[in-house]
Amino acid sequence: MFKEYDVVVVGAGHAGCEAAAAAANLGSSVLLITMNMGTIAQMSCNPAMGGVAKGQIVREVDALGGYSGIVSDKTTIQFRMLNRSKGPAMWSPRSQNDRMRFAEEWRLMLERTPNVDIWQDTVSSLVVKGNAVCGVRTSLGIEIAAKAVVLTNGTFLNGIIHIGEKRFGGGRTGEKSATGLTEQLVELGFEAGRMKTGTPPRVDGRSLDYSKMEEQWGDEDRGRFSYTDVELPKEQRCCWITYTNTAVHETLKEGFEKSPMFTGRIKGLGPRYCPSIEDKINRFAERDRHQIFVEPEGWNTVEIYVNGFSTSLPEDIQYKALTQIPGFETAKMFRPGYAIEYDFFPPTQLSLTLETKRINNLYFAGQINGTTGYEEAACQGFIAGINAHLKIADKHELILKRSESYIGVLIDDLVTKGTEEPYRMFTSRAEHRLLLRQDNADIRLSPIGHKIGLISDERLEKVKQKVKNADDIVSHLRSHSISPESVNTLLEAQGTSPINQNAKLFQLVTRPQIGFSELRTVDKKLDDLLNNYDKETVEQAEIKVKYESYFEKELEIVGKMKKMEDHEINPEFNYGTLVSLSKEAREKLMRIKPRTLGQASRISGVSPSDISVLMVHMAR
Amino acid sequence: MNTSADHIYHTDTIIALATPAGSGAIGVIRLSGPQAVPVTNTIFRGKDLSKQKSHTIHFGTIRDGEIVIDEVLVSLFIAPSSYTKEDVVEISCHNSTFIIERILKLAMKHGARPAKPGEFTLRAFLNGGLDLSQAEAVADLIASNSQASHQMAMQQMRGGFSNELKNLREQLIHFASMIELELDFAEEDVEFANRDDLKALIYKINHVLQRLISSFEQGNVMKNGVPVVIAGKPNVGKSTLLNALLNEERAIVSEIAGTTRDTIEDEINIHGITFRFIDTAGIRTTADIVEAQGVERTYAKMKAAKLIIYLVDPEQARAEVEEQLEELEKLDIPFVTVVNKSDILSPQKQLEFAHFNPNFLSAKNKEGIDELKEEILRKVNLARINTDDVLVSNIRHLESLQKTSEALARVLENVDGSVTSDFLSMDIKQALYYLGEITGEVTTDDLLENIFSKFCIGK
Repeated sequence: MFKEYDVVVVGAGHAGCEAAAAAANLGSSVLLITMNMGTIAQMSCNPAMGGVAKGQIVREVDALGGYSGIVSDKTTIQFRMLNRSKGPAMWSPRSQNDRMRFAEEWRLMLERTPNVDIWQDTVSSLVVKGNAVCGVRTSLGIEIAAKAVVLTNGTFLNGIIHIGEKRFGGGRTGEKSATGLTEQLVELGFEAGRMKTGTPPRVDGRSLDYSKMEEQWGDEDRGRFSYTDVELPKEQRCCWITYTNTAVHETLKEGFEKSPMFTGRIKGLGPRYCPSIEDKINRFAERDRHQIFVEPEGWNTVEIYVNGFSTSLPEDIQYKALTQIPGFETAKMFRPGYAIEYDFFPPTQLSLTLETKRINNLYFAGQINGTTGYEEAACQGFIAGINAHLKIADKHELILKRSESYIGVLIDDLVTKGTEEPYRMFTSRAEHRLLLRQDNADIRLSPIGHKIGLISDERLEKVKQKVKNADDIVSHLRSHSISPESVNTLLEAQGTSPINQNAKLFQLVTRPQIGFSELRTVDKKLDDLLNNYDKETVEQAEIKVKYESYFEKELEIVGKMKKMEDHEINPEFNYGTLVSLSKEAREKLMRIKPRTLGQASRISGVSPSDISVLMVHMAR
Repeated sequence: MNTSADHIYHTDTIIALATPAGSGAIGVIRLSGPQAVPVTNTIFRGKDLSKQKSHTIHFGTIRDGEIVIDEVLVSLFIAPSSYTKEDVVEISCHNSTFIIERILKLAMKHGARPAKPGEFTLRAFLNGGLDLSQAEAVADLIASNSQASHQMAMQQMRGGFSNELKNLREQLIHFASMIELELDFAEEDVEFANRDDLKALIYKINHVLQRLISSFEQGNVMKNGVPVVIAGKPNVGKSTLLNALLNEERAIVSEIAGTTRDTIEDEINIHGITFRFIDTAGIRTTADIVEAQGVERTYAKMKAAKLIIYLVDPEQARAEVEEQLEELEKLDIPFVTVVNKSDILSPQKQLEFAHFNPNFLSAKNKEGIDELKEEILRKVNLARINTDDVLVSNIRHLESLQKTSEALARVLENVDGSVTSDFLSMDIKQALYYLGEITGEVTTDDLLENIFSKFCIGK
């Protein structure tokens, strides 16, 4: 019934969809297996994409030729560039999305992608010959041959849902869990663990009193995720902010004795930066209120996502507490919040391509690697899909560097250090944060996307043109001056010192108080020039002028570290014979098998003197 | 991609003392790397080293600007004919801690960086300068070297130093976390770093850093004595004063001006503190070449001193003294004005010189010497030279402390202004990094750990 596929992708969430699309677009024949075709690319938790560090990841995936940015842009109901008051490295795109439209758009994208076949079924085991995977077996008893398999099982493996004292198997509310795969992988020698995450209740928007809440609107001059010309929705929807109070907290405490978290029924570790509301009031008892974001789930639904109120307390306690929140007095609940426990595989069992070290041609991506978040999942799926294709096509693998992308930081962190709690990206995880910006993801990564074949010549040309245009604007600023008479009124109005003689535009723009938008009001020539270019090109030029010296400083540091990062370690290198290594370092190096000295130096327990020993021995 | 080992390290130039510190007459400072010759050339007065052949030795002086630090021999080993296979320069100087430290600092100012333990050997190996069969032995050596050096470093951090740095590090991590909190969780209902608190914290930290940094100099002083220069016109009685202080005939005393052709040093213990008195050739312009060199040395010595005793002859004109005192003021070093030969001083002259508020004494009759000693103790501000304060004696630690301080200075400069917290964070992280070179590494995991344990995060 099935031909032999190049790549079988198990699971059609954010990771699985990107994996399938990437491998197929590179020319592999792909079968995407999902338990339910109605929930392809389901946003299981909040109906939003991006945010601080995560938004940068979406732009990176887009710049490399992935779909998440396009789907997000098409289905946005509200867009905001977060952190605008900070430096450009912190600017982070975030969108509220129409949950149903998002899933629909992904499905349409996949249906339009040649080489992607879809099959609704549950994979119950892998077919493994020797130390390589060669297909999957499904719950219908079908064996499907594949040259490579990408597992993106999300929270479905032995998923258990908790609501108060009730617990039942499930991969997501209203959906079955998947069993069998973990057991087989453990038998094959994989280490597995448990993690926990949770989601808040959903309520009926018609039952809320928004007059008691603060409005939160999107950006007027809105940005986007995708560097392609996706047409953006014309309108945006409003969100709201409200707060819990001590009455809410007291009510929630009534449920603590039935909380699966506090009674120890949940064994898996949850994310500390995304705690449940009961966790917040328990750990931070001194706070008398917590912020609640009231987010619509789409254009054509009244369903509301109660962001900030993730909980696994009994549903009656959830309800009672909700109704004590200002604006929620007459709230009707659609679905209760819940916690879910699921299997994951410590990601130190993977190489930087996301292929498992134990079984060849088997790739893991997304939540089964211990991460959380759609963006984190999507980028892993994307890289796993690419590498699965490259491997079977016998081409050179794709490993992104820490200094060129958040994706590189994420995968290197996972594979090198592993993770104890669900891993979410933060900008502080990236040592070269200043370089990994949302404004330059295309400049950083589209040439790489072009090289592997996911970015068209035309798109790459567009990126080159953007760089050239931005440079042209910068040279204009360097070569053109402005007189005190023309600019001093503006300078004083902006609270910066006036000039005595003609000054180069460049000099003025390096002042924090002066930007292009101010300067062009008093310099017609500049205004005319800037009118020739699109918003992102102008922004690129302005960032260049204002922050170049910082970027250069950062690049210098990258340059210094490059020697270590580029210094490859032979995969066959035998650490066992190096008596001068510390015992811990030797064991970890043998297990992690770092690709480079740089990666080795990031393994916890490997000291600088261990690295010196390695360097000396490697030259043999 | 070039993956061979010989390209790991060769962009920077390293420097270290190659001979054991403090023993032997000659100290050898070794530089290795592409800048070894240019850096040396900048501080060396003699032949142009860039035009010299490998395996040649050159005589000259090491100078800081116009100030001569020492007469040295420089040996050149041009790549690949050297131990490390890089350009290597060896500077043989007089083995004085003071001189060596100054030459090291000077070279570092011009672009060299302190070598890590075993780094010359490591370079030698990586550049193929050592037989590969020796690799294992070298590895052991390097590993043991760095372990030993780490232990040594830890030993140096005795008492207050280690606690103080630990405390500093924690405060800085907290500081960095607060900034990261603002950055990564800006959308959430979290408290932001209070800029005034942050400034207060940096002032506090900088205060401790400055104390640690100055303790390095004090450590030197403890080891080598407080340098005190006796300056004054020729034949004003400097040698006699020195003798009076030493209470023994050491310096050559004669009636011919300019007898003391070179600087003469001697140590004297006043109230338990060692002072290194340096008798100098007089300050005056001279046509005599030997004498002129002496004058130049006098200025060099004066600049390095903690105190200058300016000795005035009663015969000197008031205007001349005034002029000399103005010169001394410019050096910005504490000084004591002493009017010698009080035994033959006329009451009128005494009145005239009282204007300068000097110590009157007679070196010859040993009158007023004890009063001068008291004045010396007061002027060098002994509160600042306390044995317990000698905390930093390792020049690499000094460098890390200085870099920490510089990074924090940038934070302070920017904290009010225009710069957003992501750029502040860059400098704070740099400060943490340099502090980490002394106390151990700081990772972003530390920052996140601190955030998660202290702040309520998450929607």
